[in-house]
Amino acid sequence: MSVRERRLGAFCAAPITLFLALGFLAPLLVVAAFSVMPSRVFDLAHVPDFSAFVEFVQQGYWKSLAWSIGMAAIATLILFVVCWPLAWAMVHVFGRFTQIITALVVVTLIVSENIRLFGWSLTLMKGGMIEGMWRSWTGAGFDGLLYNVPVIVFGLVYVYLPFMLFPLVQGIAMVPADAPHAAADLGATRRQVLLEIELPLASPGILVGSLLSFVLAAGAVAESKLLGGQAVIVISDDVETAFTYGQNWPLGSALAIVLIVLVGSLALFALARLDLDTVMGRAER
Amino acid sequence: MPVPRWMRVLLGSYGVVIMLLLYLPLVAVFFASISKARYLSFPIRRYSGAWYGEALGSATVRDLLLTSLLVAAIVTVVSVVLGYFAALAFARYRWRHRRLFQKLVLLPIFFPQTVLGLALLMWFNAIGVLPSWQTAIVAHLVWIAPIATLIIAIRAYGFDPMLEDAARDLGCDEWQIQREVTLPLLAPGVVSAGLFAFLLSWGNFPLSLFTTGADSTLPEWLYAKMVSGYSPLVPTVGMLSVAASVLLILLATAVAMLRGRFATLGRSSRTGPPVPEES
Repeated sequence: MSVRERRLGAFCAAPITLFLALGFLAPLLVVAAFSVMPSRVFDLAHVPDFSAFVEFVQQGYWKSLAWSIGMAAIATLILFVVCWPLAWAMVHVFGRFTQIITALVVVTLIVSENIRLFGWSLTLMKGGMIEGMWRSWTGAGFDGLLYNVPVIVFGLVYVYLPFMLFPLVQGIAMVPADAPHAAADLGATRRQVLLEIELPLASPGILVGSLLSFVLAAGAVAESKLLGGQAVIVISDDVETAFTYGQNWPLGSALAIVLIVLVGSLALFALARLDLDTVMGRAER
Repeated sequence: MPVPRWMRVLLGSYGVVIMLLLYLPLVAVFFASISKARYLSFPIRRYSGAWYGEALGSATVRDLLLTSLLVAAIVTVVSVVLGYFAALAFARYRWRHRRLFQKLVLLPIFFPQTVLGLALLMWFNAIGVLPSWQTAIVAHLVWIAPIATLIIAIRAYGFDPMLEDAARDLGCDEWQIQREVTLPLLAPGVVSAGLFAFLLSWGNFPLSLFTTGADSTLPEWLYAKMVSGYSPLVPTVGMLSVAASVLLILLATAVAMLRGRFATLGRSSRTGPPVPEES
């Protein structure tokens, strides 16, 4: 029995492991190797000089990184506050309506991010859906709502909502139904039930949701380009520019490596604290 | 703990508002796509479906569509096969390096896609492969195969291992167990994984951007047009792409419902009681 499972497990894991080794780990090693190469070379046959990391500090690329991380953190916080009541209601209040909401959110997920953000820029721009309608009703127009930092954060919140919502629903569903009842019977107020029962017991879901939203938002670029104009430059934008216009692969790689190390260590740290089997195993609703 | 009526109403309207906000940009794109003017400005004065005719008649759009379709189709097949076995190793079998394996599979999902695309571009360059739509398939797979794995794994977690043991006790070999027990039980997960794989590949932009080389997919073309100034074809083609996705989902749901109806009539003795569908 266990010998069979051990063998089958390794056998079934082999194809995707091989694929990810070649398609994921190997490319990362190439990026790491390029990041220590001298400026503007296109192959790895050079003496490493780490100049790209010096450039990262001296040319102020850390500012883009700070913007990315900062906006991702704020977006994650907003997402948690926005999604918690909805997720709670999906588990405890909505009943049949929950399935409709789930379907509606999943459908937005499969519409290309570009199209949805383009839709927001049509909605928010000067002469767009909001400003245009307002002008035709009241006669007084105003400047568009695009091209600033808050609208980028809004875009992040909008795009990554499903990545917070579904893990939260999962987390809240994992709270044993008796626990809040018992606490209430013992005289806990609604606030105490939330703070001392529901939030701690749903924490695996909160952790997964926050991690997903933060990591994806920190690497995002379309929001700042399509909604933010040139209001701020995010790190992924710098990476892209270094590769395309800059033709400086080592610089782009170094910027990517900084982002990867930061985000990757956070992800591994959080994943180490999670028992995936419990989070996913109780998934059948 | 009973939820008071005012709170139910409040939460219900909150849900409705969020759903409306989720779809608001698509409403804007829809109106833009049926505006007659070449330069869009709300409120729209004159409507016309002419841009749809132009988009459907355009050879460029047809080429993009074919490339996107081909990439998505191959990605779907490969990621479902990879994901099926990976899900068994992820959720079903207890083996030595399972925890490590779970992390390896999850890592690409948590990875910034732009960076992943660029990493793959450098990797293809390093091993001397010219980027084209074929390399884009590899790029999509790195991200989508793990997602397919997760979707099938959720199904595999709810799977009773006793069923496999029973089949073996009755004399099935390993191959028969897979074909007669494991695959039918995981089938709904496999179908939704395939659906997701197709749609995610169809809509993917950040991975395609750097890995398609001279070829181009639909989302790439849309993005290029978006950043280079307004073109009335952008909302139209965007709307067509959305419509195609929604159509596919409706079709899959209809087929699933029909099959479910027949399954309960005929095959219930073979696979046991119907397992509730996860949403």
